[in-house]
Amino acid sequence: MVIDTAYGLIQAVDQADSPAKLLAAVHTLAQAKTEEGIPTLIKVLGYNNPGAAVAAVEGLVTMGAIAVPALLEQIDGYNYGARAWAIRALARIGDPRALDMLADAAQRDFSLSVRRAAARGLGSIQWSLLHEDVRPHAQAQALEILLAVSQDPEWVVRYASVAGLQAIAPEFALPPLDPSHVIMAHLHQVAHQDAEPAVQARAVWAIQHLSA
Amino acid sequence: MPPDLTVEQAIANLQQRDDLSLRYYAAWWLGKFRVTDPVAIDALIEALSDDQDRAPDGGFPLRRNAARALGKLGDRRAVSPLIDCLSCPDYYVREAAAQALEELGDPTCIPHLVDLLKREEVNSPPVAGKATMTQPYDSILEALGTLGAIAERETIQAFLEHSVPRVQYAAARALYQLTQDSIYGERLVAALQGKDLQLRRAALMDLGASGYVAAAPAIANALAENSLKLIALKGLLEHQLQQDSMSDRPRVSGEAIAVMEWMDTLL
Repeated sequence: MVIDTAYGLIQAVDQADSPAKLLAAVHTLAQAKTEEGIPTLIKVLGYNNPGAAVAAVEGLVTMGAIAVPALLEQIDGYNYGARAWAIRALARIGDPRALDMLADAAQRDFSLSVRRAAARGLGSIQWSLLHEDVRPHAQAQALEILLAVSQDPEWVVRYASVAGLQAIAPEFALPPLDPSHVIMAHLHQVAHQDAEPAVQARAVWAIQHLSA
Repeated sequence: MPPDLTVEQAIANLQQRDDLSLRYYAAWWLGKFRVTDPVAIDALIEALSDDQDRAPDGGFPLRRNAARALGKLGDRRAVSPLIDCLSCPDYYVREAAAQALEELGDPTCIPHLVDLLKREEVNSPPVAGKATMTQPYDSILEALGTLGAIAERETIQAFLEHSVPRVQYAAARALYQLTQDSIYGERLVAALQGKDLQLRRAALMDLGASGYVAAAPAIANALAENSLKLIALKGLLEHQLQQDSMSDRPRVSGEAIAVMEWMDTLL
């Protein structure tokens, strides 16, 4: 049987009765890049099947801006696994409409996998899509949150905040960044004071990158 | 998590004999909050021979918790009493003791751990209840790897063919730690392709602990949760940083950056 309509592809995902069939069906639906498939791809994020979730995120990311409204509306407040994947998709798309969602999730979500994805996402917003009038304020807000998140109790969230800071830094000044710049000063502090060698090393790498 | 006890209360709870559940909780609490007070250590060592607290399966819950706590507290006075626990009839006490001895890092326990490997048929059938093996082979092998038991290489090698996959992985991890031979690291990498998610998770954790840095791409691409993959990669990164002795130097090596690049993709 050849399944070539969007409806058929969606049905194949809904009717998959094994993890392997689900993975294959999600993969096919994701590759079809069909707008009707977006809600189904988002639903798959809640199936607790990492392989299928990765494929669904890839599909949503390739569709880009068109998937953002559905992602924002369908964020699952009760399933943190699904929420983390959705936040990761929003982070990779980098659409500024997700800014409030990412800001809130990075600071307040109880799930560390959600916080870390959101922190990384705050660094990779496509700022050029924001109007010049609101851009500086939005960037300042994202920076402030990233600086605060680098105090998170979980090492992986702090690690993500450093990655986010490295990504956002060129928005404030072109590299090589002045050592007195707020981001640079902060990274030096993390490099010396974080309790985890992995987070320290990520900060040192960010400093190397931004000094070059 | 805010401590709900004070150190004094926890020690007193562990020393009293009237309320078993308070003792059990206090032993866990002292380990969790890293209370290294010698009085706490003494009380925990004493709890290793407790006979009062018995589980329905005949096990010794308090001994299990006390052994786990002593592993976290870094006091080598616990080594000898923990070695004694390796002959406790409770499987989980033996497991907790092997893990604690690994954490304490004192190689004098090596012959006793090896003795446990040789005590029974390696592939003897699983015992009833939750334990799937007659001895906590995985914990024992992991301890031997961490403790640098290079002379035991051949004994460990036999466990690469054990019927329980987790035991095979533990043997591969230990042998990689002992020899730095990539053939053992690659066995764990191959295990990441397994069909069973639980086993892929176990292989991920063993790779992270092994320090086999070449596994970073395979870890990042494994079919498992990003959280676990990040923890495994963090293990590799820490191993690499130690090799680079990065604490003294302001730069990170290309190898460390390669691991971090994979970590970044999983955030």
